[in-house]
Amino acid sequence: MRNAVTTNKLTKRFGDFVATDAITFTVAPGEIFGFLGANGAGKTTAMRMLCGLLKPTSGTATVAGFDVYTQSEQIKQVIGYMSQRFSLYDDLTPRENIRFYGGIYGLKRADLKAKANAIIEELELGSVADKLTGSLPLGWKQRLAFSVALIHEPKVVFLDEPTGGVDPITRRHFWDMIYAAAHRGTTIFVTTHYMDEAEYCDRVSIMVDGQIKALDTPGALKKQFGVDSMDGVFQILARGTSTK
Amino acid sequence: MNRIGFMIEKEFKQLFRNKVLWRMMLAAPVLQLILLANAANFEVKNINIVVVDQDHTTYAQRLTGKFRYIDNFNFRGYRPATKLAYQELLAGTADVILVIPPHFERNLTTENRADVQLLVSAIDGTKAGIASVYAQTIIRSFNADIRTETIGTTPDGVAPERMAGLDVENQYWYNPRLEYKTFMVPGILFELLLLIGSMIAALNIVREKEIGTQEQLNVTPIRKHEFIIGKLTPFVLIGLIQFTLGLLVGRFVFRIPIEGSLLLLYGFAFLFLLLCVGLGLLISAVSNTQQQAMFVVFFCLVLFILLSGLFSSTDDMPQWAQIINTLNPLKYIIEVGRNVLLKGSTLRDMQTQFFTLLAMTITLIGLASWRYKKVG
Repeated sequence: MRNAVTTNKLTKRFGDFVATDAITFTVAPGEIFGFLGANGAGKTTAMRMLCGLLKPTSGTATVAGFDVYTQSEQIKQVIGYMSQRFSLYDDLTPRENIRFYGGIYGLKRADLKAKANAIIEELELGSVADKLTGSLPLGWKQRLAFSVALIHEPKVVFLDEPTGGVDPITRRHFWDMIYAAAHRGTTIFVTTHYMDEAEYCDRVSIMVDGQIKALDTPGALKKQFGVDSMDGVFQILARGTSTK
Repeated sequence: MNRIGFMIEKEFKQLFRNKVLWRMMLAAPVLQLILLANAANFEVKNINIVVVDQDHTTYAQRLTGKFRYIDNFNFRGYRPATKLAYQELLAGTADVILVIPPHFERNLTTENRADVQLLVSAIDGTKAGIASVYAQTIIRSFNADIRTETIGTTPDGVAPERMAGLDVENQYWYNPRLEYKTFMVPGILFELLLLIGSMIAALNIVREKEIGTQEQLNVTPIRKHEFIIGKLTPFVLIGLIQFTLGLLVGRFVFRIPIEGSLLLLYGFAFLFLLLCVGLGLLISAVSNTQQQAMFVVFFCLVLFILLSGLFSSTDDMPQWAQIINTLNPLKYIIEVGRNVLLKGSTLRDMQTQFFTLLAMTITLIGLASWRYKKVG
């Protein structure tokens, strides 16, 4: 089966600053791929290149088999994206947000209503479905944003710190949703700063100063660095110091 | 095509939900039209005049009397000395001083000539010019009266009736009563479209950038033209509603004539709105924050409005200003508004304006589309 994401020496420079330095990796279909790194390590830049929001400086990359240089519009048909910033319309209701993004992704008008009802039921938003999205608690908004990112059943979904600022119980719910989506065959590409979340991923890469310093399953990484948590692995790599 | 429909639907939902903005957009053209058309006024009225009468004769009184009963002048009374009258000029309580020197009547009857002195405060150049013309007209008419009575003929021996026949009579076409509002309302109407169209459009799109929904839209398969048409359409429609409201106010409150074709007028309004929203779109494409966008919009608007001929004739501007003005869309559309509404000009008469505005619209929307990028 074709890889969901491949990159080969993918690089982005802003002037003299190298934000992403020749990163090479592949993500298998249906995989939950954790993309870790300290603030400013280049995660978001890499993700934006894969989503077609940013042109790479050099190197190659494909998403769902499409080339990021020449086929970015095709990529946009088959990916979902949820950025760090909440990106639904606060002045529309959840139902209207679902309808709008569904419409933009080309869903049929007849299907939109059923889709909206299904999402609202799944997220248990029935009581607030027709209130303004801006009035919902952050955790609810984030789950709604995730559902909207999945509305067109994308092959790959990119989540940029989806659980930032959310309480532990809601985070747990969020990860249940991620598992459910992966189970349906969607590839999940997720960045996070929570190391417990890193443990939930099938494989994890850790970026430091624009480069990928480690890439493996959480279990293999812990073994490789001789620590008992992903937090330990991250500390060693991000600080550039070894406790050994 | 479907996506454009969803964009427009979403824009209108957001707009109707923003009750303050929605109400303001409908109330603004009506209120501003009423306020501006009445306040931004060049008619010179209430010229304060004081008279220093050093002659104290019937003739002097009759001359003063002429000023007392003319609407434009506001007679503030006699002053015993020129010095006192000067003080009023300084204090701003008088705009014009009329000094009637001693022996005014005697000189007029014996020597057939006499001088009066007119002092005009020229702080406001326009007002001073008009006030002095008015005053001279009144003095001339007084002069003619006296001659008719005392001599029966003018010094050249021409009967005064004949002389009156030679008088130049002005006929004011298209605005026969020189109604100031008739001239202002069409201009203000389009100025408001520019203000509201470009400002609201620019801020709307920059706001999407600020809250991050623009980026979210950029990862969807929405095409550039779908986004742009989806954004343009609601504002053009609202602009047309505002234009209609403004036109109704003009027609029924200010009784401006509508001589030309309404279809032509709406055609131009539509073109001009596309231009305004295109300008807003371009500004939003080069701005990252609402603050930046607001500043650029304001800069453009002030230039456009002051040079547009709304308040002062563009023909009197220096050469360089007239050259800059060839790029001023407001100048062309105000010409259209005045000519079509007041004169009944046709598209053939307005073809220069039409092609210029069309070229500007295409350029602005073209530039905006080029600058608007889904990929950074």
